[in-house]
Amino acid sequence: MTVLDTKDGASPGPDILAAATSRSAAARKGLTSPWASLAALVIAVLWTIPTFGLFLSSFRPERDVQRTGWWTFFANPAITFDNYAEVLFGGNQPLIDFFANSILITIPAVAIPIILATMAAYGFAWTKFPMRDTLFVAIFALQIVPLQVALLPLLEIFVGTGLNGTFWTVWIAHSTFALPLAIFLLHNSMREIPAELVEAARVDGAGHVRIFTTIMVPLMKPAIAAFAVFQFLWVWNDLLVALVFAGGTLDVAPLTVRLANLAGERGSNWYLLAPGAFVAIIVPLIVFLSLQRYFVRGLLAGSVKG
Amino acid sequence: MTLLDKLLQLLVAVVVFAAVMGVVLLVADRARGRRTDLVSGIAFTAPAFLLLLVGLLYPAARTAVQSFLDARSAGFVGLANYVQIFTQPDLVVVLRNTLLWVVITPILATAIGLVYAVLVDRTRFEAFAKALIFLPMAISFVGAAIIWKFVYEYRPNQQNIQQIGLLNQFLVWLGFEPVNFILAEPWNNLLLIVVMIWIQAGFAMTVLSAAIKAIPSDIIEAARLDGVGGMRLFFYITLPSIRPAVVVVITAISIAVLKVFDIVRTMTGGQFDTSVVANEFYVQSFRLSNLGMGSALAMILFVLVVPIVIYNVRQMRKVDGR
Repeated sequence: MTVLDTKDGASPGPDILAAATSRSAAARKGLTSPWASLAALVIAVLWTIPTFGLFLSSFRPERDVQRTGWWTFFANPAITFDNYAEVLFGGNQPLIDFFANSILITIPAVAIPIILATMAAYGFAWTKFPMRDTLFVAIFALQIVPLQVALLPLLEIFVGTGLNGTFWTVWIAHSTFALPLAIFLLHNSMREIPAELVEAARVDGAGHVRIFTTIMVPLMKPAIAAFAVFQFLWVWNDLLVALVFAGGTLDVAPLTVRLANLAGERGSNWYLLAPGAFVAIIVPLIVFLSLQRYFVRGLLAGSVKG
Repeated sequence: MTLLDKLLQLLVAVVVFAAVMGVVLLVADRARGRRTDLVSGIAFTAPAFLLLLVGLLYPAARTAVQSFLDARSAGFVGLANYVQIFTQPDLVVVLRNTLLWVVITPILATAIGLVYAVLVDRTRFEAFAKALIFLPMAISFVGAAIIWKFVYEYRPNQQNIQQIGLLNQFLVWLGFEPVNFILAEPWNNLLLIVVMIWIQAGFAMTVLSAAIKAIPSDIIEAARLDGVGGMRLFFYITLPSIRPAVVVVITAISIAVLKVFDIVRTMTGGQFDTSVVANEFYVQSFRLSNLGMGSALAMILFVLVVPIVIYNVRQMRKVDGR
């Protein structure tokens, strides 16, 4: 546009502008054509229907679930809460106990690695000690170790110390496995805090502990929240660690273990499977929807940098 | 154990952890003079470092050693476990399946995520449309597997028996015979892979959508003024601009795919030739108590992850160096 302006000393004619805008409009139209919208709609429906089917199934009476598909609900609507009541409180393995275990596992397994990683990230970012950079790279490299590689000997250690079959094993395992990524992510965002802030505090006589607690932790809140959402989803949804360390008992095992067993049982428990799965899904969905902002931020920080 | 006992355990854990952290911070705070930095640095990093040493580094080294030992970790067997993995027919199937998973899943999930991100970009319903694809990310693999069991379920085509799986109902509506999908080797592998794609596409879409939005708008406008639109805009402008993000997404999904075992375990238990390395690791280690074989499978998983990571780091270097 500016080229045209200087050339003939007048604003471009309306026809030129119109041609330009219509061309760009045409380009945009190419992407938002009815076919494109249809494709998007098809993907969205394919992605939503399986979950919707489960949701609907969880409220259908036992007889209906076993004998007909959930789509027949619209021809023959019947709703009940009995499935939920039975799977949550009925039988000798009520899901409500596993639900409590999931919560008891998740809280420390999220809080412990966050506290340890924030401290370590501060140590790597703002203090000097020999081999600091080498050790940091080593921790970064540990991210690529699949946790399967550590499970068997770790189980031996836990059995040796008599901790096996308690919450302790699951807490320690989850905390350890989360550390490399947590330290890396938190270190990255801690480095972005201006050095002047730290210097100013030092001049005022603040030691590392005070700088850490009064400057770093408050400024790091968004990054910590991002990682917390990640770690929450990871721990709540985990099956492998829980299976190996928590066993299948009512005492320690979380929801996922019970559900996987329920799904593996031969025969007809479809009417329990649907509400059971939905109970397990609903908590992460709520956390996810309410903290989506942080989750996406963490996702982008982690994927683009790591 | 009653709920009260469990809460007590939680309380003890909190107190123990707080006490340890309190001592560590106290040590860091007491350091004065020239050694301040050294003492604080060690105090801040030591707890994490110790945990990693005991909980990850030492076990990983032990696994590496155990993979050369027999089932009970008693005698040295050399490479026998590895040889078995590459020669025993049912373990070769496991390797083949893992290859299927790691080739198909990242490509399809990324492609679907990318197409969808482009299609809904800057439309009125973008936020809602994205949330729909993104939601499966919050669901556990076990939950996702159960959701898809309701899609794949098969009922024999006899009198008065109706399909309760959506996919078979579609076949029946279209006039075909219902198929027992889970038994249909090797296609059943693809049906399990679909579950993983369903979960991972949202991740791909989110990262790629952010990359698309980061393309400077004057580049897009310039291309549009030159009459480049639609497909050509996508292939000549959008795709080259977001190449680094695509590499990152494919890498991340590949690594996640290698480690996943929950889907296979929940849907088929690894039967009907659907097992993958991560699932076979669990079966060999904990069901068959073959520690040597389990360790060898874990090491293979590790060896498979390394080249993917190296490729990704190289790509990042290239981009940075430009």
